[in-house]
Amino acid sequence: MIIRRKNKNKEENPFYDPTLNKRHRSSRRFKAFALGSLVFSIVFLAFFLTDIVTKGLPAFKQAYLHIDVTFNEASIKDSRQAIDKKYRKIVSRAWLRNVPRLVEENPTLMNKTMTMWVLADDQVDQYLKNHYYKLNRKDRALVDDLKAYGQAELKFNKIFFTNGDSKIPEYAGLKSAIVGSILTLIITMLVAFPIGVMTAIYLEEFAEDNKFTQIIEVNINNLAAIPSILFGLLGLAIFINLFGLPRSSPLVGGLTLALMTLPIIIVSSRAALRSVPDSIRQAGYGLGLTKIQVTKDHVLPLAFPGIMTGSIIGLAQAMGETAPLIIVGMIAFIPDAPTMVTEAATVMPAQIFTWAGMPERMYIEKTAAGIIVLLSVLISLNTLAIYLRKKFEVKW
Amino acid sequence: MTPFETRNKSRELKEKLIKFLLITASVISILTTFGILFSILFEAIEFFQLRSFWYFISGTEWSPGIVNSKFGAVPIFAGTFIITFIAMAVSIPIGLGSAIYMSEYASGKVRNALKPLLEILAGIPTVVYGFFAAITIAPLIVKVAAYFGLEASFNSALASGVVMGIMIIPVIASLSDDVIRAVPDSQRKASLGLGLTHGETIRNIVLPSAMPGIISATLLGLSKALGETMIVVMAAGLRPNLSINPLEDMTTVTVRIVDALVGDQAFDSPATLSAFALGLILFVVTLVLNIVSLTMIKKFKEKYKVNTL
Repeated sequence: MIIRRKNKNKEENPFYDPTLNKRHRSSRRFKAFALGSLVFSIVFLAFFLTDIVTKGLPAFKQAYLHIDVTFNEASIKDSRQAIDKKYRKIVSRAWLRNVPRLVEENPTLMNKTMTMWVLADDQVDQYLKNHYYKLNRKDRALVDDLKAYGQAELKFNKIFFTNGDSKIPEYAGLKSAIVGSILTLIITMLVAFPIGVMTAIYLEEFAEDNKFTQIIEVNINNLAAIPSILFGLLGLAIFINLFGLPRSSPLVGGLTLALMTLPIIIVSSRAALRSVPDSIRQAGYGLGLTKIQVTKDHVLPLAFPGIMTGSIIGLAQAMGETAPLIIVGMIAFIPDAPTMVTEAATVMPAQIFTWAGMPERMYIEKTAAGIIVLLSVLISLNTLAIYLRKKFEVKW
Repeated sequence: MTPFETRNKSRELKEKLIKFLLITASVISILTTFGILFSILFEAIEFFQLRSFWYFISGTEWSPGIVNSKFGAVPIFAGTFIITFIAMAVSIPIGLGSAIYMSEYASGKVRNALKPLLEILAGIPTVVYGFFAAITIAPLIVKVAAYFGLEASFNSALASGVVMGIMIIPVIASLSDDVIRAVPDSQRKASLGLGLTHGETIRNIVLPSAMPGIISATLLGLSKALGETMIVVMAAGLRPNLSINPLEDMTTVTVRIVDALVGDQAFDSPATLSAFALGLILFVVTLVLNIVSLTMIKKFKEKYKVNTL
């Protein structure tokens, strides 16, 4: 609070301090600096999110061309024959490979010519989106023509969610990475959740305060601050080289992430157990229950929402982790989604990393779109965690 | 034996088993740390049997090719140091400033709204930051540098350093906010009662009291910066470069680890094993930082009898 005095009172006022104005100014400057730094972070966050969203949104639409496709013996043998020669350069090579499969699925197509929506080449797609493209003038005129007749359009990009990775940019999707992420996180939670919760129960409910528990305590705190890439080295040296588990597999990735997630689950579970008041335990003992019965039937159910909150936060963190997974080889090129935890797989962040390193322009928007998907999942998980915490919050 | 006693016996046995399981789970957490230490240590020793330890920590040429490979890690340490320095120069003032505003100036409502917003920054995966640094910030820096007549690399240390600094802001802000709020209010009131302004109170009374906690937060941020991988892998470059110009490309310990282990080299070649030697250094440095940081925060807690940090 600044008390303003009239200047003429200066001489009479025994508390007048000639430096006071300067000191108040300095105080205000300090406050402005503090506010400024906070504003910087928020502005950065806004800039960052806008940047990613504007880069990524175009990838959810993809260019299609409405042209004639001929199905006959020749076009099955060489699928490029299926379309008119002048369109060959603007149609996706990857889509054309599907022509024999289309006939196989629907034999009535044989020896017919159909006008259908065909996936366009990535350069056409970038041209229609007004991005950088490498189309020559002839193809550009062709696309302009098609567009004028409503035969070239941007449609919702279903391929992005139903396809795995591809070396052909317009055909690359996130599916195999999503499946890989799910398999990896299942392994992570299967390992980290029981071990983490059990450790927390032991430390909080059973352990006496001795050297052994102190070592565990210090260890858990340290574990939480060890760089994630070192967990990758651990996974490589122990799980792959020592135990001989398959490289690049969700099994190895999941185990590696489990060790990283462990400290988060332990710390939050301990906090949840600690918040259960002692009167609950004493009531249990008073009825003649053993310690394990009290813990299992009374303390644990009350602490469970807190434990879940911590585990979801741990899960979200594991989901965004890349470095240790790169070390254990989870950046392989995976066009088909894995079906087993021992098969080679990739995860969403690793897919983002791979796409970010691709030379074709179209992968930039694919990368940003992958980031949008990943961030949406992470934000949903964190919202769920906050919701659980709010809903089950008990004030004892 | 009465039926009651038999039931008791089997229950005791069951409970012993459960307790044993609980202890086993706790032991796994210890084993992880030792697992990391030993798995890295053994491979690193194997590396040092092939290549000299002294040249590793004092040599200035790093060329892990097949013929005439040299493993002098000084340029790598230098690159790590400079990028970390840039990151800390961004994150310490901004993180601390944010913490001061949230704990000293902002009302409870504003604080409750701002803190989760700041924490979103901490929840963004580092691969996303890496993409952002490489695609948006690095070209921006090249443009700005060109405007001033300077030449910046597209893999500049500045781009990865600044983005890494932003990633660390919430680490420093969140922990500092907790410790600043833990400083007892009586100290503030005494200082204000003596006629100090709010700003002076914060600078001369609150911050010095909270200093152990703030240093601890900074060290934690520092160890995060040293171990950060994806941002530097995507934005910092691969070339070991002994320079202090932040506009040039530089490489870091973590980049070299990733580079050595991606691809299909023989596992016992010095080029691959060098990753573990670098990992060992990283492990030792971050472990020391963590231990110092933990000890300081423990002392702070004891002094102010806080038990919720």
